Amino acid sequence: MKLLQDRVGSITGASRGIGRATALEAARQGARLILIARSREGLEETAHQVENEGGVRPQIIVCDVADESSLKTAFREMHGYTKQLDFLVNNAGILRDAVIGMISTKQILEVLHTNLISLIQIMQFAARIMMGAKSGSIVNIASIIGRSGNEGQVVYGASKAGVIGATKSAARELAPHGIRVNAVAPGVIATSMIANIPESKKEELLGSIKMNRLGQPEEVAKIICVLASDYSSYVTGQILGVDGGMWL
Amino acid sequence: MQEDKLTLSESELILRRAFANGLQISEESVNDALQYASTPGWDSVAHMALIASLDSTFDIMLDTDDVLELSSYPKAREILRKYGVRF
Ligand SMILES: NC(=O)c1ccc[n+]([C@@H]2O[C@H](COP(=O)([O-])OP(=O)(O)OC[C@H]3O[C@@H](n4cnc5c(N)ncnc54)[C@H](OP(=O)(O)O)[C@@H]3O)[C@@H](O)[C@H]2O)c1
Repeated sequence: MKLLQDRVGSITGASRGIGRATALEAARQGARLILIARSREGLEETAHQVENEGGVRPQIIVCDVADESSLKTAFREMHGYTKQLDFLVNNAGILRDAVIGMISTKQILEVLHTNLISLIQIMQFAARIMMGAKSGSIVNIASIIGRSGNEGQVVYGASKAGVIGATKSAARELAPHGIRVNAVAPGVIATSMIANIPESKKEELLGSIKMNRLGQPEEVAKIICVLASDYSSYVTGQILGVDGGMWL
Repeated sequence: MQEDKLTLSESELILRRAFANGLQISEESVNDALQYASTPGWDSVAHMALIASLDSTFDIMLDTDDVLELSSYPKAREILRKYGVRF
């Protein structure tokens, strides 16, 4: 029996990186998927890869999660596709570094809208569908930065600390409805998100990772799938680090 | 009571059932006097169960603004009309 056999799940930010790896792993585990991101091309590519591996072709929804009206349309579209939602992975996110004194309001709003506000709205939507079934699992993607902080990442760190607070509060509130809410806090994972980090900074980061290597998106995806599945049926309100022992 | 029910429109009956399911009360106790926060049992947690029940019963997705405005049984009727439900 596969981990997510016949489960229906939605993954945001599934056009590349951790989201795509999660879509592939979830499909391998038998899930039917609804994938969300802004890039239709990226989503098509993920859907194509899922199909190539023998999975059910996912539905794709092009949506800018930072835009409320786009998000509302996406919810309606998703509701049209399915009345079943067994798991949700809130993964869409952006990284914008800036040191104190050089942080614009525009940047703060962009990061908070993408990383935190949309995540709360999507949780609300998912919870409504899951409440009907009295079961479901929500997995939010936080970050080690939301726990430990980092220079130049006041805004990103605040957004991810917000994800952790939202996860714990939602877990308390939704547990009586049979809905579990957990978060994964990745360390440094080899995706396009970290492509622009200067080599010297990467070396410095590597030095702080006890396993002495970057993580791969697939290594995060597997944990996400466990949290999405019944293999974690008694786990809620947890923030699980996937960071190779970074800053231990 | 039965006679009274027969005079109600079908959507009114469905709405009653959805309220009864959502608020975990009997269909007989659903009436126009029901109000969020003052009717015993209609608290914020029950409200979300009610919204889930309305969503699935009428196959709609209530907007968050409407979720917040849905503060009484008559208001529910008014909001549902916006989604094409006829009473
Ligand atoms: N990589 C790391 O080291 C690391 C570490 C800790 C946490 N994380 C978190 O892990 C998550 C995934 O990151 P990643 O490393 O896979 O980054 P990535 O390769 O840059 O992917 C980010 C994903 O988010 C989507 N996205 C961004 N803004 C969006 C918007 N406004 N609307 C819809 N989708 C949007 C992107 O799709 P489109 O561009 O097509 O919209 C893309 O699919 C993020 O939440 C990130 O903060 C990553």
